[in-house]
Amino acid sequence: MSKVKKWVDQRFPLSSFIKHDLVEYPTPRNLSYWWNFGFLAGFVLILQLLTGIFLAMHYKPDALLAFDSVDHIMREVNYGWLIRYMHAVGASAFFAVIYIHMARTLYYGSYRAPRELMWWSGQALLLALMATAFMGYLLPWGQMSFWGAQVITGLFGTAPFFGDEIVIWLRGDFAVGDATLTRFFALHYLLPFLIVSIVVIHLIALHHVKSSNPSGINLSAKNNIPFHPYFTAKDLFGLGIFLIIYSYFVFFNPEFLILAENNIPANPLQTPSQIVPEWYFLPFYAILRSVPDLLGGVLAMGLSVMIFATLPFLDRSKIPGGAKYRPIYRVMFYIFVLDVIVLTYVGAQMPTEFWTLVGRIATLIYFLTFALLPFLSKYEEKKLRQKGLPEEIEELIRCEEQYGRGGKK
Amino acid sequence: MSTSESDNEADLPEAKDRRHFLEKATCAVAGVGIVAAAWPFVSSMNPASNVLSKSTVEIDIGSIKTGEVKTVEWQSKPVFIFHRTPTQISAMQDSTGSEIDPQADDDRVLKPEWLVVIGLCTHLGCVPSKKQEGWFCPCHGSRYDNSGRILRSPAPKNLHLLPYQFLSADKLLLGKA
Repeated sequence: MSKVKKWVDQRFPLSSFIKHDLVEYPTPRNLSYWWNFGFLAGFVLILQLLTGIFLAMHYKPDALLAFDSVDHIMREVNYGWLIRYMHAVGASAFFAVIYIHMARTLYYGSYRAPRELMWWSGQALLLALMATAFMGYLLPWGQMSFWGAQVITGLFGTAPFFGDEIVIWLRGDFAVGDATLTRFFALHYLLPFLIVSIVVIHLIALHHVKSSNPSGINLSAKNNIPFHPYFTAKDLFGLGIFLIIYSYFVFFNPEFLILAENNIPANPLQTPSQIVPEWYFLPFYAILRSVPDLLGGVLAMGLSVMIFATLPFLDRSKIPGGAKYRPIYRVMFYIFVLDVIVLTYVGAQMPTEFWTLVGRIATLIYFLTFALLPFLSKYEEKKLRQKGLPEEIEELIRCEEQYGRGGKK
Repeated sequence: MSTSESDNEADLPEAKDRRHFLEKATCAVAGVGIVAAAWPFVSSMNPASNVLSKSTVEIDIGSIKTGEVKTVEWQSKPVFIFHRTPTQISAMQDSTGSEIDPQADDDRVLKPEWLVVIGLCTHLGCVPSKKQEGWFCPCHGSRYDNSGRILRSPAPKNLHLLPYQFLSADKLLLGKA
């Protein structure tokens, strides 16, 4: 065994990789369970790849066969029901985990220097995940699948000059049809490989800048502990909790997040009485509906996803640490989270006058949070420093001004 | 108990043994869990129930005249049902085929007038065609007699038998003896 190891190590840095990046990898000792969610996202990604590959062995991306092949998976394939429910629940689990992962980053200001590239690769992952989920949702070829794809591809029709041509090009047909289904299947299978490669970039960046931590301050070496066994154990414990919740949905309530309407085969001649996207798209869908102008709505929706990337520029405060040490930022964080929950709720309601008004106010608050951040973060810093910060914090700020954030101290 | 005392305790040999035992137990449980989780995936690649439903087929043989062969599909494979003439039956009962794979005709049929065999050459799986003296495989020239026994290589075996039963004088059930 040791001979084989030696042979490999002379040709490939296997042992040193395991030692430096898995076993001895220095991790802040004060990480809370909020730091579990990156690992959980990686786990769900593998789960989705695995179940997806096995589903693809039985699924048929053909408009005439797709719906029945899903039925075939549910009724005839050995454990097909389990693999499909794992995949369907897994999609929701993926977004739940990612949204918590993002909220943690916001609360603790982990997107700030030197972790901007982690935040931006994360933004790319979010986009790829959304595209993958959207295209995967068409594959069961139910009513919601069909009309969801019809509506979302239709949004590209607002593009100036070539709108109609772009929509037809995307669909490969004059409406969502067999050509659309087949290409969505191909891309739904392709994008996860793109996601895996961005995850690799995300992790390389992480191992370069190391994990952030609840204090928000880059810890000195003596405050780091080896990843194994401390965080392997902690991550696996978190995984156990995650799997209990995940299994509840897979085994006891698998249809909870599947809209009943989607058990009716796609019918291009009849739209369901109300089209509701999957829960993870609801806040953005609510923003789309809140803007009276269609093109404006599409732009607002796109902006609402992409605006996260601007955070490292918008947050101008030099106060180290997360929301715990920044009273105004903390209030903004909670208002924003609450606002996203309101938008999620509004996105699922019929667009009555009342809900449209609530949606518009929530949309305004959503963008105002970002728009006010540069001013409020600066104001907050000024106030805090006037009130007097501990000398250590002032020194930390001076150091960062001198060497750049995350630089040597 | 102070921390330094408990630190010392953690270094005692018994504590190390206990830790090693816990490590091994954890790994064993995790291993069992991974195997259990892998099983549904492996199982999903086995024939689904709609495929398994093809495992038995009822065949009406009343319309097959003496001397005629009918080819039917069973489990996605061709099956020859051969209604043999008295001369063919006696000729087959007198021989045991060739020395490649000798077998008595009685061991290959339930009723002498009906030969039921899988219609795939035992060499590489082509479908042999019916000739006067038996079957001839167009792929590599193997020959079989009217009992489906191999007469000329390259095929190494007689045409394979399958489980079947007579439901009535002119009704066969393939796939179940």
